[in-house]
Amino acid sequence: MNVANEAVGGHGPHGAHGGHAGHGSHGPTYKQYITGFVLAVILTAIPFALVIGHVVQDVLLVITVCATAQIIVHVVYFLHLDRSEEQRWNRMALLYVVIMVGIVLGGSLWIVYNLNHNMMPGVMHSKVWK
Amino acid sequence: MSKSSIAMQDGSLALQPGYADHAADALRDLRQAGDAVFADVEPHHDTAGTIQLGFWIYLMSDCLLFSGLFATYAVLHGHTAGGPTPGQLFDLPYTLTETMFLLFSSFTCGLATLAMNADKKNATLGWLAVTFALGLGFVIMEVHEFAGMVAIGATAERSAFLSCFFTLVGTHGLHVTCGLIFMAVMMAAVARKGLTATNRARLNCMMLFWHFLDIIWVGVFSLVYLSGVVH
Repeated sequence: MNVANEAVGGHGPHGAHGGHAGHGSHGPTYKQYITGFVLAVILTAIPFALVIGHVVQDVLLVITVCATAQIIVHVVYFLHLDRSEEQRWNRMALLYVVIMVGIVLGGSLWIVYNLNHNMMPGVMHSKVWK
Repeated sequence: MSKSSIAMQDGSLALQPGYADHAADALRDLRQAGDAVFADVEPHHDTAGTIQLGFWIYLMSDCLLFSGLFATYAVLHGHTAGGPTPGQLFDLPYTLTETMFLLFSSFTCGLATLAMNADKKNATLGWLAVTFALGLGFVIMEVHEFAGMVAIGATAERSAFLSCFFTLVGTHGLHVTCGLIFMAVMMAAVARKGLTATNRARLNCMMLFWHFLDIIWVGVFSLVYLSGVVH
């Protein structure tokens, strides 16, 4: 991907040869896919084993941590998002989405928790229906 | 062009001796400059990169669609209206098998990428066929699960929890089905025309899409199935 190079570095010597992020020497390797697959299997097995075996009390926290870790593993080892200049805009788009998902998910849960807290069924009945 | 070759005489434009040499020089300079510009842009590479960035932005917007569905499920998962609860409906070993199908298909999709980068057409098609079979296995398991739930009366209209469940998991299943169609079309294209630049760019998009679906599934099995059984 040469977009970022063109925008930032102008027509430098690197730009003239094009970005080789997808092919050639910097392409994905067997090692990356195997590492990603093994890590993903481990991060899937841990929460399933804990929930099926009823092992830990704070299992929700473990599920959240494993899911977050596995998503990062997928993005790094399968989608090959890295710190290279070619992928600057991919990172920007991902950052934007992470923020939006955080606002939508976190915001919804926060608001609804407060709603449930302030509008107890009993209170609602006495005020509205009687 | 210099003044020596063209001059105004009696109100009309006249060409002086040697103008052809100057014109040829100017043309050559222009062509060299043009070559330098086009060599720098490299149309093919740039197009493939732009296509991939565009597809990436589509995937990110798809993430936003799913974030809405995830948020709705997270808010309403407890509203079972006296109907079946997540703990009563979900069979975790079954979900684990589904998960492994999708995860393994993501891995074989990666092997197809490697085969494509190594210019091995038959290996690419072979790994894509394995990926397709695993993806199809996932969809069949999901449809079987839905059919089993509907058979015992756990339909989408039974409760808010079930409406959200079918919308979220069904939307993911629909994406996987679209991914399978995308994959079948690309397999036919590669079989007919080989690993051309166009096919490579499209295969890269298809592989991004497939890996992306596995990421969404991580969210689904964590939030819906695992958390549902714990509650």
